[in-house]
Amino acid sequence: MDTPVRPKDADGREILDSVVIRFAGDSGDGMQLAGMQFAQTTAVAGNDLATFPDFPAEIRAPAGTTFGVSGFQIHFASHDVLTPGDDPDVLVAMNPAALKVNLRDLPKGGLVILNTGAFTPGNLKKAGYTKNPLEDGTLDPYRKLEIDVSKLVIAAVEPHGLGTKDALRAKNLWTLGLLYWLFGRDRAPTVDWLRRKFAKRPDLAEANIAALNAGHVYGETAELPTGIASYKILKADLPKGHYRNITGNEALAWGLAAASRLADLPLLYGSYPITPASSVLHSLAGLKHYGVTTFQAEDEIAAICSAIGAAYAGIIGVTATSGPGMALKGEALGLAIMTELPLIILDVQRAGPSTGMPTKTEQSDLFQAVWGRNGDSPLVVLAPAKPGECFAFAIEAVRIALKYMTPVIVLSDGYIANGAEPWTIPSFADLPKIEVKFRQDPEGFQPYLRDPETLARNWAKPGTPGLEHRIGGIEKNFDSGHISYDPDNHHKMTLTRAAKIQGIANDLPEQTVDCGEDHGDLVVVGWGSTYGTLQQAVRRARERGLAVSHVHIRHMWPMPRNLKSLLSNFKRILVPELNNGQLVRILRAEYLLPAEPLDKISGMPFRIVEIEQAIRDALAKN
Amino acid sequence: MDTPQKLSRKDFVSDQEVRWCPGCGDYAILAAMQRTLPELGATRENTVFVSGIGCSSRFPYYMNTYGFHTIHGRAPAVATGVKLANPKLDVWMVTGDGDGLSIGGNHLLHVLRRNVDLQILLFNNRIYGLTKGQYSPTSLVGAKTPSTPMGSLDMPLNPCQFALGANARFVARGIDTSTTTLSELFTAAYRHRGTSFVEILQNCPVFNDGCWDGVTMRDVAAENQLWVEHGKPLLFGKDKNRGLRLAAGASHVEVITIGVDGMTEADVAVHDQTNRTLAFLLAHLAPSSTSPAEGGFPMAFGVLYCDPMPSYDATVTTQNSDAVAKLGQGDIDKLLRSGHTWKVE
Ligand code: SF4
Repeated sequence: MDTPVRPKDADGREILDSVVIRFAGDSGDGMQLAGMQFAQTTAVAGNDLATFPDFPAEIRAPAGTTFGVSGFQIHFASHDVLTPGDDPDVLVAMNPAALKVNLRDLPKGGLVILNTGAFTPGNLKKAGYTKNPLEDGTLDPYRKLEIDVSKLVIAAVEPHGLGTKDALRAKNLWTLGLLYWLFGRDRAPTVDWLRRKFAKRPDLAEANIAALNAGHVYGETAELPTGIASYKILKADLPKGHYRNITGNEALAWGLAAASRLADLPLLYGSYPITPASSVLHSLAGLKHYGVTTFQAEDEIAAICSAIGAAYAGIIGVTATSGPGMALKGEALGLAIMTELPLIILDVQRAGPSTGMPTKTEQSDLFQAVWGRNGDSPLVVLAPAKPGECFAFAIEAVRIALKYMTPVIVLSDGYIANGAEPWTIPSFADLPKIEVKFRQDPEGFQPYLRDPETLARNWAKPGTPGLEHRIGGIEKNFDSGHISYDPDNHHKMTLTRAAKIQGIANDLPEQTVDCGEDHGDLVVVGWGSTYGTLQQAVRRARERGLAVSHVHIRHMWPMPRNLKSLLSNFKRILVPELNNGQLVRILRAEYLLPAEPLDKISGMPFRIVEIEQAIRDALAKN
Repeated sequence: MDTPQKLSRKDFVSDQEVRWCPGCGDYAILAAMQRTLPELGATRENTVFVSGIGCSSRFPYYMNTYGFHTIHGRAPAVATGVKLANPKLDVWMVTGDGDGLSIGGNHLLHVLRRNVDLQILLFNNRIYGLTKGQYSPTSLVGAKTPSTPMGSLDMPLNPCQFALGANARFVARGIDTSTTTLSELFTAAYRHRGTSFVEILQNCPVFNDGCWDGVTMRDVAAENQLWVEHGKPLLFGKDKNRGLRLAAGASHVEVITIGVDGMTEADVAVHDQTNRTLAFLLAHLAPSSTSPAEGGFPMAFGVLYCDPMPSYDATVTTQNSDAVAKLGQGDIDKLLRSGHTWKVE
């Protein structure tokens, strides 16, 4: 937004195509809340958008420190939006630490909005500033709005009888009000939300609304410094439909509830709290009237074991976790594979190994998902690419698990889990029903009788007369289902389990090209949350006439049956991943393809420019 | 409707060859179970046996019911899932001192405090059988085993006290070979709604032969076994003339003999199975031969504690149906359209 002459609308607002705003403040400053509200309001205003919350693992890191800075970036536009944006156009810095951490990402000429009231000597010191950046010329290359928000918000809420401490907590809403004015957003959705949130404390609701309004009024009346105008972002040309904003974790929870209804089976969700998967548990715990039972287990192992018990008893068993919890669930996953029970495991990945960086995103559980168990223990792995896709993938996971009597892992990550995007709300009637077959007939029954086509064993649930049987983790005889230590039988059963999973590829869509031709000089192959970035980078490269395509894999195991032939049509294969090279190794190992890695392991998503550069470098080698 | 056929012991015997060592205490427990279930009116199809790993955990294979032989220590969690999925099932869980108290200690603790409606049978042979004789969490200090050639150093755990400490609502103790009383204990456990915990002293003739001889051998049984019964005095001994008296302040018990030092039956404490403090004291008692550290008492058997509370699965079911009553049957379309939505025309 630094082009000097821009068209204006009737109210004198400059018209912009797209804006990236980053809210940054102390973890106690309510930046996530301000960001989420801005996203809601922006969606209602008809823009496309993507968000990226980035917060510390500590709930309340020491105030004023750089490691306690919490950020929320939103990219919104009058065209379609694929990523939360590389660099912000607007930086909102609520204190010196937020400025210190984020200023390096603000391009020269960008707009920085500062709460000068927080630039006290104490806060400057905590942020590691020896000189006040407001005074030493640090901010000269930028456009600035320097406002003592702290003072103004206290004045604004004073009539509502709030003490200084409570008043200061409304700083985020004051700032939000100002941004609403700057970008021509409607305050009503946030006002409604505040009234709902503080239904029991109308005084707090009104005080917060007063802060929001005061920020807005400030924008209307204050004379803005040169170079700063008010803006308008026209509605995006989104396809017709009914929309909402949705985060990946919400979409997973709702997809599971929908799947339970589609299969007409109750669902047990056994889970242990872990960042960043916990919010799925919170969502589902509120859906008891949907036939969902949630069970907060004593640990990760109990969580998956309760889901296995539920599956054995004939309902849908689901568990969720993140990397460290996945490691703990490994043995139980093997049991589900051996007993061939349907099971859904959500792994919302985070930076590892070990505790790693719990609130930072990474794609480093792919090996663990595909291979991380003792014995030859194949299962199905799916990876949605966007928050909204999590809904359909939760349903798909349940469908595959029930049809093939197998565990299915859904790999999401922190970025998808917490990021929000507008999503076309499907109609329940349009969703495909999930067929469930329970064995009823005792004639010729044994627990490992298989459907000749799917190789799925029959599901006989306790309570059914005549089908009493015993299963467990010990190898079973192919023909009788009894315990067997026979060498040839184990060989045969191992191959059967593998064939069952590989055969699922015939039931999955073929791999398509997400952007570009099905052949060319270079294909950028990704999976999971890097979708938007790769898509944008490939589009830009194609605009420059480069023969580049984007292929995004969503069925990680088994892989789409045409994947090898599709990728073989390209001279080079570049595999960007937020890990130290996992998909790239699988592609090389499975298909002997000369795939090349592009790895980023910083806990942060790729920037579009990083991919563009890699594309140029790869093509230069051709 | 068909009148249900009366089932017999044989109906609960599976076609699997039993693979415990000859003379193993598990045989007697299995027989007692196969005999008891028909008496209880249990059906094969509604009965599920869930186990972990270890000798005892092979139990489900030999029962002609539904059975799930899971992984080491995790049976309580699997059984919880089964019961939450279908609270109508009768779920029994079979575990051992290693499976239940070592690798699965955490799960056992939590299933007990939640009070899931299960019958948990813990076969206590004070040794790891299946892995060939290493000491277990209930082995005595000094146990010489392949992993402790100079004698084990860690203090043993008392399973019934563990259960009481975890707030179990039903705690009982039996002996593998006392099959009549085992049957009674299984019946009481079955009738109790909530987690019923039954410790069964079990002999492992291969790796820890005679570990319970000090209480189970015929010549010491009368003096070293105290069979408790709700509302009855805590009497034992060949002539039923010895008893337990609660010391002043009820902080401990002492053994008295009726007729000696002016003691009468009125001095003997009466068993109250709803009294947790008494249950703790009873669970602790043992003769020196099996618990040198405590010693000097008979070991208590029977239902040490039973004070029912609503079971976890029942309250979960209630909460789920309350949600439906309050909010109506969930409607997916409504859920997806809750909160802020907008239309693009
Ligand atoms: S090792 Fe001991 S407990 Fe195991 S089956 Fe043999 S005798 Fe029974």
